[in-house]
Amino acid sequence: MAGSAAERGVRSARPASRRPTLAWLGVAPFFIFATLFMFLPASFLVVGSFLDQQGQPTLQNYVDLTTPFVATSYANSIEISAVTAIGGGIFGFLLAAAVILGGLPRFMRNALMTFSGVASNFAGVPLALAFIYTLGNLGFLTALINRTFATDIGQAGFSLYSKVGLEIVYMYFQFPLMVLIIAPALDGLKRDWREAAENMGATGFQYWRYVAFPILLPSLMGAVILLFGNAFGAQATAFQLTGGTIPIASIVIGAQIRGDVLHNTGLGFAMAMGMVFIMGAAITGYSLLQRRSERWLK
Amino acid sequence: MRAPGALDSVAKPAPEEKRQRGALWAWIVFGLGFLYFFLPLIATIEFSLGHPTGPVGAEPSLQYYENFLLKPDSEFFPRLGFSFVVAIATIILSIAIIVPTAYWVRLRLPRLRPIVEFVTLMPFVIPPVVAVFGLIRTFSGPPFPLMDTTFGSNIVLVGAYTILSFPYMYRAVDTGLRAIDIQSLTEAAQSLGAGWPRIIVGVIFPNIRVALLSGAFLTLAIVIGEYTMASFLGSKTFGPYLSLLGQNRAFEPAGVSIISFGLTWIAMGAIQFLGRGGQRIQVGGAR
Repeated sequence: MAGSAAERGVRSARPASRRPTLAWLGVAPFFIFATLFMFLPASFLVVGSFLDQQGQPTLQNYVDLTTPFVATSYANSIEISAVTAIGGGIFGFLLAAAVILGGLPRFMRNALMTFSGVASNFAGVPLALAFIYTLGNLGFLTALINRTFATDIGQAGFSLYSKVGLEIVYMYFQFPLMVLIIAPALDGLKRDWREAAENMGATGFQYWRYVAFPILLPSLMGAVILLFGNAFGAQATAFQLTGGTIPIASIVIGAQIRGDVLHNTGLGFAMAMGMVFIMGAAITGYSLLQRRSERWLK
Repeated sequence: MRAPGALDSVAKPAPEEKRQRGALWAWIVFGLGFLYFFLPLIATIEFSLGHPTGPVGAEPSLQYYENFLLKPDSEFFPRLGFSFVVAIATIILSIAIIVPTAYWVRLRLPRLRPIVEFVTLMPFVIPPVVAVFGLIRTFSGPPFPLMDTTFGSNIVLVGAYTILSFPYMYRAVDTGLRAIDIQSLTEAAQSLGAGWPRIIVGVIFPNIRVALLSGAFLTLAIVIGEYTMASFLGSKTFGPYLSLLGQNRAFEPAGVSIISFGLTWIAMGAIQFLGRGGQRIQVGGAR
């Protein structure tokens, strides 16, 4: 029987140019969906950023990105993201190193990994609330510290609802993210390298300085860049904590959606493009460094 | 400077012995981490019981849990339930789009892989607050004035969440497909007369069940916790509910947070349980 199921089956399963359209049909829903819910909205943003309030083409919106208010909000975002990326990177690295290289009992490593998976998701509204209960004016820890040390840290100038407070809160999802990213890299440090270094007379410090850190550097840098992007795009946590009183890029953009502050949607679009640019740079940097790190840590 | 030689390593204690004790710095670091992570949780639990250590000094009480769990006018269950429905819709849509895509890319269109992976990375490049900005503009007028109705804006929400789930769903499904020989399975099914829909649903799906469940649980955790998009789209989901509660009430939000954290823990625990033996970074959610 010509065109039997067996013949048809064997023909079409081979990657051939006979029926290319079927595979393309198969992936079409994906691209249509992505276009509708991602690329189309993105193009609205791009186009809108080049229009002024009357709908005429202009570059003014991008120029306005340098006005004090906008520039300050970007500066704040960059500062908070950089601090939490580097701080989160350092302590996250130490945490991961502690459980992987520090000789702690095995169960602690598993506990840290599992908890990191959960904690990196505990961002947003619940996280902000949890820290209000901890370090807010009437917070659990605030009261504990004030009682124990007879101080008033509020009077001394500490406030959770500040850039520093926000950074403290952001660490809650930056530490775990760093742990999760750097753990495979730390695993990839072969014991042979350490032993070879020791056999050649290297101290622990020399091993780290000349062997381990150079190998880990791409992973570390990539992870820190990813942490930067992670903090930069955050909105919910900051909004719940500060109510929008600290101008950071994501909150100002959010206010733009509501038509609140600048009454200039074109500028809002330009700000959004600025954010996309920074995030894109971060993701690209991370991807490139990831690929670089895989050289040693296969 | 010491001369290199085998005698040196004999004189030093063997690395294994040192590791059993655990370095002091490691214990200190772990201890600090433990404090940092658990104090906020303890504080939240303490507040959820009415903040007995506070200035008022009331007895610890479950009344605040009762307030949002048992009182008939509480919005807890309607909002959580609706978030759940949105999550299910998102999961179904995401799986329906991702599985055939990953399948076809692996089987026939390997050169599309970088493009598809790039598209699935886009949600990281376009943060939720920016994405929802664009979505509102796109769907506020012709040809798709979805934002005009509640149902329409919920559709936009599901669409947005589906995009948000793509990175995780695609990676999970792709990993699952890599573990099975889809070429042989496809040929075998075809030689038995199966058509393409039958192959994908009847042959591929069952073999990547674990991957699908992992992706589904992560999407569930993300959707239930999400605040930014839901709030700007005006959807009556769990995230905006908790936010509003946090602004209006003192102790109930703590209880809701604990439950929310517990739900996330269960979802992630399910993923860990399913993904035993695999190395996967599962990170995501509202920021």
